[in-house]
Amino acid sequence: MSPGAITYQALFYLFAAGIVFSGLRVITARNPVHSALFLVLALVNAAILWVQMGAEFLGIILVLVYVGAVMVMFLFVVMMLDINAATMRKGMTRYAPLGLIISGLIAAEIGWALWGHYLGIANTPHTAVAPAGISNTEELGRALYTHYIYVFEIAAVILLLGIISAIVLTLRWRPNTRRQDINQQLRVHKTSDHMRLVDLRDNSRGRKES
Amino acid sequence: MMSLTATDYIAALPQIFLLGMVCVLLMFAVFVKNGRDEVLHYGSLGTLAALAIITGELLRGHSIIAFNGMLIQDAMGDVLMLFAYAITAAIFVYARGYLKDRNLLSGEFYILTLLALLGAMIVIQGYNLITLYMGIELMALSLYTLVALSREDSRASEAAMKFFILGAISSGTLLFGMSLIYGLTGTLNIGILGAKLAATPAPGLGVWIGLGFVVVSMAFELGAVPFHMWVPDVYEGAPSGMAIFVGSVPKLAGFAFFMRLLAEGLGDLHGGWLWLLTALAVGSLFIGAVVAIAQTNIKRMLAYSTINHAGFILLGILAGTAEGYRAAMFYVIAYVIMFAGAFGIIMLLSRAGFDVEKIEDLRGLNERSPWFAFVMLMIMFSMAGAPPFLGFFAKVEVIKAVLDINMTWLAVFSVVMAVIAAFYYLRIVRLMYFDRADPDAPGIIATPDFKLLLSVNGLVLLGLGIFPGGLLALCKAVIGF
Repeated sequence: MSPGAITYQALFYLFAAGIVFSGLRVITARNPVHSALFLVLALVNAAILWVQMGAEFLGIILVLVYVGAVMVMFLFVVMMLDINAATMRKGMTRYAPLGLIISGLIAAEIGWALWGHYLGIANTPHTAVAPAGISNTEELGRALYTHYIYVFEIAAVILLLGIISAIVLTLRWRPNTRRQDINQQLRVHKTSDHMRLVDLRDNSRGRKES
Repeated sequence: MMSLTATDYIAALPQIFLLGMVCVLLMFAVFVKNGRDEVLHYGSLGTLAALAIITGELLRGHSIIAFNGMLIQDAMGDVLMLFAYAITAAIFVYARGYLKDRNLLSGEFYILTLLALLGAMIVIQGYNLITLYMGIELMALSLYTLVALSREDSRASEAAMKFFILGAISSGTLLFGMSLIYGLTGTLNIGILGAKLAATPAPGLGVWIGLGFVVVSMAFELGAVPFHMWVPDVYEGAPSGMAIFVGSVPKLAGFAFFMRLLAEGLGDLHGGWLWLLTALAVGSLFIGAVVAIAQTNIKRMLAYSTINHAGFILLGILAGTAEGYRAAMFYVIAYVIMFAGAFGIIMLLSRAGFDVEKIEDLRGLNERSPWFAFVMLMIMFSMAGAPPFLGFFAKVEVIKAVLDINMTWLAVFSVVMAVIAAFYYLRIVRLMYFDRADPDAPGIIATPDFKLLLSVNGLVLLGLGIFPGGLLALCKAVIGF
């Protein structure tokens, strides 16, 4: 193996280990804010892996959208909600043994599968190395808007559904909210429709008397 | 890169039409104030009727694979979609009065239900794992919102939350399995995947692990043990008008998912997934039969009945023969008709401020309404698998398919479980006929279309039970391999 390939692999394992470590810390951190920050770290590591594989566009998008937008909002929510960590950990000791057994079983299964070289990785088709001069972004766009156009449209429908759901579940028509009613605002014709004159002298007299 | 032709759009025409109508109805729901409910109700029913005509026109013997292998239009999918339209239309009629009494009959109910139907259609027509995933997401997200639509009701919110979290885990499992399959075979197209795996002498274990994760998600969709925990909670917590949809149309889609991936794609690897499905089926038959006995809530009881039925549907699929697939399709169609009828009865007996929850609420129904007590009797007998009702033939066909592959022990086991399950169906019949009604129980009020449809729903079970040939022939004709 050439030194370049060794460096490449070493970097891959470094960042892959980074993902695993920060993933573990997400679920073990005591403070929910720390959990969220570790999730950011995991995402940044994943973005680096993508860039290493030649998918720069996806790596940048991951950082911009997930780290930049989604996780920041997540942090806001975590900080705004007063999460009591103690009550959340109450059932921990009760469920821990069962959880450990199940995760142990899954780890053993995966380990056994990897150990025996049964995974069939030898049959894996290798991704072709893109020739120079082909833009990652352009190719992604091309695939998305031609080959995968049907699925792309379904994604659009899912976003529409997301908008409808978010509005349905959060919009409340409470009677006392001071909502802007544009219809009512436009119906104003005379000055007296939107201005009410109050005689202040009456008020001052009333105060004097009392 | 292939360019799209008219054939592609024709294959997807029902989906495109439904999406267009959803947008039109959405605009109505937002901007029209007077008579909005009527417009949406009849508009939705009209949309479903038009869809049935379109799908009926497109129905033909051979299949078309469209959009670069993303979508397939074939007779099996078309027939499943036709039943999905019919059940959705029935749900709109059943749920209308019930939801109106509870101030839940908003435009969103129609929009979300139609979008969930669109998701189910995408799954039914999916020929690529990505398409199947997107369809399931669209369907599931609509269902979560439908369940949560009753915001003031803390039980509905709890049910929606459980459904959402477990559904998200199931989606993650599906994606994880898909990524393993894609990484090891380089394709997500079901046809190519099947051909590739059949060509390699022994597919690597990695592919099997990936497939296992995908099957977990499919079993979740169908409500099979051990991925059934959400079913009772969602049926119990969700308003009946929503639960009836959650329990019916998605099952048609779940069946299609199994058929597309396992039967059409990986039919040659039958020996590999046979035991996986056997384990799911045995668990579902057992839990669905035994745990239901302990239920006092009728919606929870019906949830366990769903789980039991999921086991029978899996029996047909695991046989891996054309007869087995036909039997499973026959069973899933019979199941959705019975299930819609059972929830129709629940909504018939519920009224403003009162929900039928306990099994005891059906006590003495024969005194209050002999006809609907008889309809419920037909539904319960059919679910139990008693002749001459539809459920009997569904069970017979499935068990015959299992016997054909020499799994006698499984056939015997399923019959024993069916007998145990018959106990709780017959308990309802006993309550309706041999117990006295609550003297101050009010009369049954329902619109004529509701009563007519519910009667037809019950009579269909009897009619198709006496003459099952037509539906059997239909299932035979559309599953042709």
